[in-house]
Amino acid sequence: MQTSLIRKIIFDEKSRSLLVQTLVIGLFALFIYLIAQQTAYNLEKRGISSGFDFLNISAGYDISIRLIPFTSEDTHLRAYFVGLLNTLMIAVCGCILATILGFLVGIIRLSSNWLFRNIAYVYVEFTRNVPVLLQIILYYSILLNLPKIKQAFPIFNTFYLSNRGLFSPSPIFKEGFSIVFYSLIIAIIFTIFLKRFLKSKQEQTGNQYPIFFINSAIIIFTPILFYYIMGSPLEFDHPVLKGFNFKGGMVIRPEFLGMLFGLSIYTAAFISETVRSGIISVSKGQREASQSLGLKSSFIMRLIIIPQALRVIIPPLTSQYLNLTKNSSLGIAIGYADLVHGFGGISLNQTGRAIEIMLIVMLTYLSISLIISLSMNIYNKSVQFKGNA
Amino acid sequence: MTKIKSLFISLLLTLGVSTAIAGSHGSTHDLVKDRGKLMCGSNTGLAGFGAPNDAGVWEGIDVDVCRAVAAAVFGDASKVEYVPTTSKVRFTVLQSGEIDMLSRNTTWTLSRDVDLGLEFVGVNYYDGQGFMVSKDLGVSSAMELDGASVCIQVGTTTEMNLADFFKANGMSYESVPVETNSEADAAYLAGRCDIYTTDASGLYASRAGYPDPSAHVVLPEIISKEPLGPAVRHGDSEWADIVRWSLNAMIIGEELGINSGNVDEMKGSNNPEVLRLLGVDAGYGAMLGLSDDWAYNILSQVGNYSESFEKHIGPNTPINIQRGLNALYKDGGILYAPPFR
Ligand SMILES: N[C@@H](CCC(=O)N[C@@H](CS)C(=O)NCC(=O)O)C(=O)O
Repeated sequence: MQTSLIRKIIFDEKSRSLLVQTLVIGLFALFIYLIAQQTAYNLEKRGISSGFDFLNISAGYDISIRLIPFTSEDTHLRAYFVGLLNTLMIAVCGCILATILGFLVGIIRLSSNWLFRNIAYVYVEFTRNVPVLLQIILYYSILLNLPKIKQAFPIFNTFYLSNRGLFSPSPIFKEGFSIVFYSLIIAIIFTIFLKRFLKSKQEQTGNQYPIFFINSAIIIFTPILFYYIMGSPLEFDHPVLKGFNFKGGMVIRPEFLGMLFGLSIYTAAFISETVRSGIISVSKGQREASQSLGLKSSFIMRLIIIPQALRVIIPPLTSQYLNLTKNSSLGIAIGYADLVHGFGGISLNQTGRAIEIMLIVMLTYLSISLIISLSMNIYNKSVQFKGNA
Repeated sequence: MTKIKSLFISLLLTLGVSTAIAGSHGSTHDLVKDRGKLMCGSNTGLAGFGAPNDAGVWEGIDVDVCRAVAAAVFGDASKVEYVPTTSKVRFTVLQSGEIDMLSRNTTWTLSRDVDLGLEFVGVNYYDGQGFMVSKDLGVSSAMELDGASVCIQVGTTTEMNLADFFKANGMSYESVPVETNSEADAAYLAGRCDIYTTDASGLYASRAGYPDPSAHVVLPEIISKEPLGPAVRHGDSEWADIVRWSLNAMIIGEELGINSGNVDEMKGSNNPEVLRLLGVDAGYGAMLGLSDDWAYNILSQVGNYSESFEKHIGPNTPINIQRGLNALYKDGGILYAPPFR
């Protein structure tokens, strides 16, 4: 009985591979365990403290670029969240800008206008072949050459541009503004239903409705209407030059802008290439067929070409989003206070918890990347052939 | 069968690797001797303290500590490789074993000494944190800095003192974080920040390199104690002793009036401490695991503390720093080395 079991394990392909796999996983786990133990031992021997208790001690340094309040008395854990939000902010803004720019350039590269086409070509070749770090530093240096704070350049006397950033009025929401906000949300929801309704009507009757215009009007005018009904519940706090700096209002820092330009202009070049190849991949016959149906050329692009091209574009687009997000860690080069800069750098310097901090930072990037991949995959599924034609 | 074989191989590999990781760390002194040169963590570039000169040779009073250790270990002060480190990564670089010692205007603090697993072996410059502003701002005191933008190097004590100082005085500021001294200079000169704050010595050194040094003032307030000194990894006391006494030898050299010019003459001195220091009276080198002429080599090749100070940052250099606190205890300063006996 026993021998037959052993026999079975050794000679049966399936159970044998199962055994081998379990062993390998087990050994791998043991390996990780040994490394962890040895590391802990070495750290102790060298008098380096370890553990995660440092997260709850105060950070001791200030962060100026932040989305949530932070003072030097807050903990390293909070510094982590400040950095995380800054990383997410640059990633989201960067991806949006890169996508818009990338689509534009991709389409221009296929245009029949020689000049535009070649300008786009030069742009793509230049930005793709220069390291993104240099580009970030380049834009930042240009921003540092903007007028000094005392000579800040006024735009409509509301915004002020200087090498310490773009200062703009900040909104102060007074009582009743929430109603305006809710009216906007309800308007948006309403337009979604309206669009469905008009579409189905179009399918039944063949009549076309200017859906886009109707909906835009609804979305724009509803909140305006409520704004006046509620008695203009919005004021602005204007920045004024006082002492060393502008007081009041809000500011977009050159460190953020440098990152935004660097990352999105670089990534847009890659996106434009995937857009271009996506459009080319749609067979010529599609365009010719729609032309012979008498469709306007802007309709051909929007209704025929782009939806089919998207199927090819989305997967590489995802990896561009991932690249941009990971490249945002280059913020340290110009002092953009992202996750690696503050928590991954200054907190590490102060607490010496290199392993713990790097682990946290790596897991964070991994999670962000996985979330991006996941949502892009879901979107990708939604644009694929549904097969119910 | 091949699968099983490969399994065994991977098992062996696993054990092999983990024992390799477990392997003990040899003493730094042996490591340095075997390598034939000292790896010394330096600044990325701070004139007078640690920076390559026009010929690419590293110079400065922090660099001289590295050179003194190389002279003590090898009898040759030039056997050093300098590894530029930013303030942020310097401790990680030391802990990872990439360098044997750190000599880079690093402030000795409790948490660094105890929690980060470092060992500070002495102080080669007593400093304090200052503020530098452009003269045309018309600021005369650090108490007038409310609302200013401040350039600050990340990963420094000065970064934390800055936060404390503004908080304690109920003032606000925008911190403009930079990685290196040269980035700070660039941001400050471009007007990205109104103030540059760091160790006062660093401010003098930076200012000396500006297009018009006289257009900038260092404000009178010194807001912290910054004892700067060399550090090594915790847990290797023999090596710490070598670095500590190399620095002490330079200070004692000044106390005893021994310099690179008269060191040979001094071998004939009748002061017993001079004879012990220069190895004429044998035995002190062996205590450190060095040759008896280790301190002689330091003083003849690097010079004493005063020579190093005057050459790199003293009143006759563009950096123009007075000895002040860094004068010997008998000259009104607090520089003081334990007795050589
Ligand atoms: N003493 C402080 C500050 C040290 C520091 O990094 N100082 C700067 C400014 S003087 C420096 O040495 N920079 C030179 C470099 O970036 O390489 C500390 O140990 O935290």
